Amino acid sequence: MEDKADKVTIVLHSGDMDKVYSALIIGNGALAMGMEATIFFTFWGLQRLKRGALEKGPLSKMNMLGLGKWMVKQRMKRANVATLEKMLQDFKELGGKVMACDMTMEIMGIRPEDLRQEFIDEYCAVGSYIQEARESAITLFI
Amino acid sequence: MPEIKVDTREAQCPAVEANIVVDCRGETCPVPLVEVRKAIRKAAPGDVIEVFGTHPASKKEIPMAVEALSLELLSVEGTDTDWTIRIQR
Repeated sequence: MEDKADKVTIVLHSGDMDKVYSALIIGNGALAMGMEATIFFTFWGLQRLKRGALEKGPLSKMNMLGLGKWMVKQRMKRANVATLEKMLQDFKELGGKVMACDMTMEIMGIRPEDLRQEFIDEYCAVGSYIQEARESAITLFI
Repeated sequence: MPEIKVDTREAQCPAVEANIVVDCRGETCPVPLVEVRKAIRKAAPGDVIEVFGTHPASKKEIPMAVEALSLELLSVEGTDTDWTIRIQR
């Protein structure tokens, strides 16, 4: 078994923009610090892997029909925060693993071709998450 | 007893030319860390990577990553908002 201290496994259940940021920042941070990282995209999180949907999530609080999100985005732009697109690309470039929940696909009628398959390493279920998580020092549910 | 001579010139002056330059001035979390990691992956063993940045937390965290990756931290210079870090793979 791999060294337990050297892996982070994140369940991304939320599709909210700010929470997708959290997952990708932590995932990228782990890879940058020499750990392995896996993000298991499920439910609303998996929606963000549909084509053109990555940046489309609402703000988890004070979204105010998109006005709050717009304000936060302006501030992020001023602070020069990277886009989710760049973060997902960096995550893959540094060897991060993306898992897609196949039950969510079935419930929500999502076909593989609806998703950005070039980013997805595995279509799987809870057993695969547990296998990843049991050898991870850190596992988070976002 | 034989005299032992130690040449410390190189240790005192790490003026080795950088093989890879990472300019992440103006970038914020987590970009400096990520760009450094990418550069390390591209570097050959022995290569020197020079990083310029302005993000205060990264000045502390890049050395942490360097240690976690068992690489050599050659120097950390400058202020919290304008720094240069040199790393050897």
